[in-house]
Amino acid sequence: MMQITRDTAWPEISFEERIGTAEFRIHERAHIVVDGDTCRGCSTRECVTACPANLFVPTSDGGILFNYENCFECGTCYMVCNKEGAISWSYPEGGFGIVFHRT
Amino acid sequence: MTTTRSHDADVIVVGAGPAGSCAALQLARAGRQVILVERGPFPGAKNMYGGVVYPRILDELIPSWWETAPVQRWVVRRSTMVLSETGALTVDYRNPAWGAPPYNGATAYRPDFDNWLAQQAVDAGATLVTSTTVTGLLHDAGGRVNGVRTDRPDGDLTAPIVIACDGVNSFLAKEAGLYPHTDPANFTLGVKETLALPKHVIDERFNVRDDHGVDIEILGGTSGVNGGGFVYTNLDTVSIGAVLKLPKLAAQSKRPEEIIAGLKSHPAIAPLVEGGEVKEYSAHVIPEAGLSMMPTMVADGLLVAGDAAAMCLAAGIWLEGVNFAMASGMYAAQAAHDALARNDVSARGLGSYTDRLNATFVLRDHKKLRKIPGLVLSDRVQQKYPGFVTGVVDRVFRVDNPSPKPGLRRIVHEERKKAGIRLVDLLKDGWTGMRGFG
Repeated sequence: MMQITRDTAWPEISFEERIGTAEFRIHERAHIVVDGDTCRGCSTRECVTACPANLFVPTSDGGILFNYENCFECGTCYMVCNKEGAISWSYPEGGFGIVFHRT
Repeated sequence: MTTTRSHDADVIVVGAGPAGSCAALQLARAGRQVILVERGPFPGAKNMYGGVVYPRILDELIPSWWETAPVQRWVVRRSTMVLSETGALTVDYRNPAWGAPPYNGATAYRPDFDNWLAQQAVDAGATLVTSTTVTGLLHDAGGRVNGVRTDRPDGDLTAPIVIACDGVNSFLAKEAGLYPHTDPANFTLGVKETLALPKHVIDERFNVRDDHGVDIEILGGTSGVNGGGFVYTNLDTVSIGAVLKLPKLAAQSKRPEEIIAGLKSHPAIAPLVEGGEVKEYSAHVIPEAGLSMMPTMVADGLLVAGDAAAMCLAAGIWLEGVNFAMASGMYAAQAAHDALARNDVSARGLGSYTDRLNATFVLRDHKKLRKIPGLVLSDRVQQKYPGFVTGVVDRVFRVDNPSPKPGLRRIVHEERKKAGIRLVDLLKDGWTGMRGFG
């Protein structure tokens, strides 16, 4: 029998561990490119909250640090972005990117 | 059969999801040369949903599909929950007959299910090309679509007809100018955790046994972000997640995984999922707005099906997409077959696709329920009604002796006031709901 106690009911999981449960086959070419200059003029930062993979990180100088590697390829970022041309979005090369688990 | 010798195939299908694989299967059965192009390393690798699939539409294409389909559990219980901060109202229906042939719905992992479906197309004679991203459309001198460009070296593939089943972001439908409605308000983000739990624990918690499972749809519990929640049982995992309206999600400060954590800690949900270790975290965007966001589905040499055509039904108690995708792929294939036979692959020649959609559940359900997705995601239904409904039920069942029981009419009146709902709005929403669902 599986033992579940109140103490173990909610195991803490860091975002790194969380994203580590998904498999990403990383290609050297970034399939999403973020224009840092445009982002510096953005105060709303929709992408920072909405991206399920947490790939948009605000920097101290008011910009956005972006990492394409652990991307679900969902499209949320370009859809919520209010700044024309800030996010150039395409699919990764065939065979690369997110690979959801088979049983 | 006509063969188109100057081309690589009769039809190129882009995307080996449920729409694309059904299109390819139908065409291969009809003796057509069909190439099915998939950007993932295998079909389903990129695909994610809640998820429950309703495969009734496969009866004709794959008789006794249930004998080979990679199902997790057959859904025999369907629950709809309304959550307030701590309370929960659940409407629960069980039918054990749904756990036996010909079945109703099933939980399944998309990489398994989609891979299985694509294999049916391959077995029927379709050519599956994986790990290949389509980067654009090819056109003939007259501007008609006649193939696709891929990211393979010398990767152009030509055919008189292309069926775009390239998913919710459909760059092909957008490139063809068919999809002007890209308002983020039409889309939701679905995020999910697949939680590992032993089978017997799931059986006990969800009150099922063998390969029987449960589908729970939730209104409320999404940290104030318009959307909904879900809990589905797989064999030895539970899928829990949230569907979140994009502009609302972006306009507040809680991140998607924090919203799932909030749902998991709700007193009505926590006992179902606690102790479950995250086996996979996943996300996907959903075309949520139904009929109002659908693109033009036919152009010269081009058909659009599945999520690419926004064929997802998000109507509160009905959350369906894979069945719409499979059907639209099938009907696109039938239209393509007819157009090839008549040697007219213009938009007009391919027009029987929309006739077929209009004549069947694919567009009839969407037309009937066209106002429901907007109603379900509206601020009133999302922010005010869960508190109102649970408030009423709480007072009905609370014994407040020595005070006598208040009448139901008084409770409804007072709870409606407390929730800040105007009677005229309640009646209006009730009317919209009745007309849609009725």
